[in-house]
Amino acid sequence: MSKFRKKGKKGQPAVNTASLPDIVFMLLFFFMVTTVMRETTLKVENITPKATEVQKLEKKSLVAYLYIGNPVKNLQGAFGTAPRIQLNDAFKTIDDIPLFVEMEKDSRDEAERNKITWSLKVDSKTKMGIVTEVKQELRKVNALKLNYSTKKTDKIFN
Amino acid sequence: MGRREIPEINAGSMADIAFLLLIFFLVTTTMDTDTGLIRKLPPPIDELPEDQDKVKQRNIFEILVNANDQLLVEGEYMQITELREKAKAFIASEPGNPTMPEFKETDIEGLGVVQVSIQIISLQNDNGTSYEMYIKVQNELVGAYNELRDEFAQQKFNKPYTELVQKSGSSDAMEMKMKAVKKFYPQRISEAEPKKVGGTE
Repeated sequence: MSKFRKKGKKGQPAVNTASLPDIVFMLLFFFMVTTVMRETTLKVENITPKATEVQKLEKKSLVAYLYIGNPVKNLQGAFGTAPRIQLNDAFKTIDDIPLFVEMEKDSRDEAERNKITWSLKVDSKTKMGIVTEVKQELRKVNALKLNYSTKKTDKIFN
Repeated sequence: MGRREIPEINAGSMADIAFLLLIFFLVTTTMDTDTGLIRKLPPPIDELPEDQDKVKQRNIFEILVNANDQLLVEGEYMQITELREKAKAFIASEPGNPTMPEFKETDIEGLGVVQVSIQIISLQNDNGTSYEMYIKVQNELVGAYNELRDEFAQQKFNKPYTELVQKSGSSDAMEMKMKAVKKFYPQRISEAEPKKVGGTE
């Protein structure tokens, strides 16, 4: 046995695996960065209401988000306290919705354009007026598959 | 130079630690999927079906929500917790009741010719209704349909509706059953056009 060992030591050195952690870390950072990049910074207060019959949205890539709510505290000085619409990263008005819909459709594959779900993330304190306007606008541009974003709960109270 | 070799720190487990972190981030980022109530808007106004004005009063379940978040269901003041039962009674009424919706014989694959109620739920809210209340009403209505579908699926196929939905992707038989249940209790929630001041629409 000792003879065997000695022979082995003089043979080929093991492959250096010291760089393996670096490769994995690189992957890790890549995922960390890309997932952060997609998140939009919320400029509106957004606490969605709770419901019992919620469904999961299956394909994340086929969901476009529209945020509605009052501007957050430190933006209220500039934008007031009335509910606003946020599309991607900026405050927008009702008139910008058709363009937003077109842009979102353009960024998807042609075959999947009609399968986009438009997820309305509306703050629970918002009044229906602005929500109805947004819905009418979406309807006009044939964006019909809606999702009212809600959190799951077990019971609804009065 | 007696002992030159200082033993190296074994970095082999470093990769494992990094992998663990990587997997953690992968998992947590996909966990953040959106959940909500999925609805379909009617197509734009110029494509309205022709028989739109033929719907009889008895086939409509009317829900009004005012700016103070109060409910008026079929002319009755009601609490949100009572809505589900009332809606269920309307959707799943027996044929032949003159105050309840009419029925139509429909051929459904997997069930044969059955009597299907031609109910419609009409929801009208005020511009001042809170979104929270609106979601509550929507939730109760979807819940009413889901419960009825569950009961019906249990009775006909001995499986809850949710199970049929889950398995419909992998099995054609399940998909057929799911569609049959869906057709037996079609979800028809119509949201009235928002009221415009100074005119009817």
